[in-house]
Amino acid sequence: MNATNPLILLVAAIFTHNIALVYILGMCPFIVISRNFKTAMGMGVAIIFVVTLTAIIIWPIYWLILVPAKAEIVSYLIFIIVIAATVQLLEMIIEKFFPPLQSSFGIFLPLITVNCIVLAVCLFMVLRKYDFIQTVFYSLGTSAGWALAIIIMAAIKEKMMLVSDVPNGLRGAGITMIIAGLLAFAFMGFAGMITLQ
Amino acid sequence: MSPKKTVKRSFRHTKWFKALTAGLWQDHPTFCMVLGLCSILAITNRMGNAIAMGLGVTFCIVFSSFFVSLFRNVIPSRVRMLAYMVIIATFVICVDRFLKAYFPPISEELGPYVGLIITNCIIMGRAEAYAIKNGPLLSVLDGLGCGIGYTLMLILMALVRETIGFGTLLGYRVMSGSWVNWVVMTIAPGAFFLLGVYMWIFRTIAKKTEA
Repeated sequence: MNATNPLILLVAAIFTHNIALVYILGMCPFIVISRNFKTAMGMGVAIIFVVTLTAIIIWPIYWLILVPAKAEIVSYLIFIIVIAATVQLLEMIIEKFFPPLQSSFGIFLPLITVNCIVLAVCLFMVLRKYDFIQTVFYSLGTSAGWALAIIIMAAIKEKMMLVSDVPNGLRGAGITMIIAGLLAFAFMGFAGMITLQ
Repeated sequence: MSPKKTVKRSFRHTKWFKALTAGLWQDHPTFCMVLGLCSILAITNRMGNAIAMGLGVTFCIVFSSFFVSLFRNVIPSRVRMLAYMVIIATFVICVDRFLKAYFPPISEELGPYVGLIITNCIIMGRAEAYAIKNGPLLSVLDGLGCGIGYTLMLILMALVRETIGFGTLLGYRVMSGSWVNWVVMTIAPGAFFLLGVYMWIFRTIAKKTEA
């Protein structure tokens, strides 16, 4: 097992190993949904919730069922089925018990099933052999880091739309890429504080 | 007009040809649909990885499009997302095992990104937008076109990033001895800038803009 302190892992996952700007994962919503600050906020919160929940569910399934049964070969299949089922369940619970949340939070849930971050957190946690506590902190940190990145991006883009004059071909996805590159430069400043193997 | 030319033109207007070439230019997965960016950005710092990834994704698109299209009348529409994912994951496991067995260094370097082909939106996008409505053969052609378009994009990115970032191409030295590597091209910021510039160029040529 890996012996990193869970709290260090939390900080590392948010800043030095930010999943959006260092590992470049979860790009589709990062580019497309970051037009509006409020929407980005909703998506970020939804991601934090789903990623942490699925990591907590998948950890025991992998280490207590798949590994003893020597069935690691089907782990991808099991992971995505569990993710899809969790998201579906969450959607139904929100619809039934928390209708006010539905409009601000529920609409993002179906999109999250196909989001790479959820699967990526599960794969990284298996690859680096985190124990349960580390998994909880790591998944929380990773999703919070992604939420931070998309919120910064949305804030920049919202301001940019008011004042800037972007060349025609660069509008939309192109300029988002350039901004993401600058943000990634900024996050490079954190590199070296903590090293994960 | 020679008969050969007539044959060629009539072939170019068939739906088969259209299905194959849509993914190469007017529906290109990266520039027009802005899908599947994670692997385009993350693993293109080496040409070998880019080619392996491109072939893997093409294989997965072709086969999953074929099977989704084959079962399109059986899959209930409420659970179709789950059905796509199960089909895609099966082929991704094939790719993962194949790389592990025959190309262990590449598999090592790609790491979790092979597994993440499952959530590559292109495959899911083609299944939802095309394969679920069309016959198996057309879907295979459409998947092949998209896969080739995607692979070309990966190669274009890797071409610049490996040459400038490491001074090599497929592991062979191409830059002269005094070349100083631009380390930034091998990590995240370089990837973002390069894709931004490519998008600018291609969208200007295609005169395709967004608000």
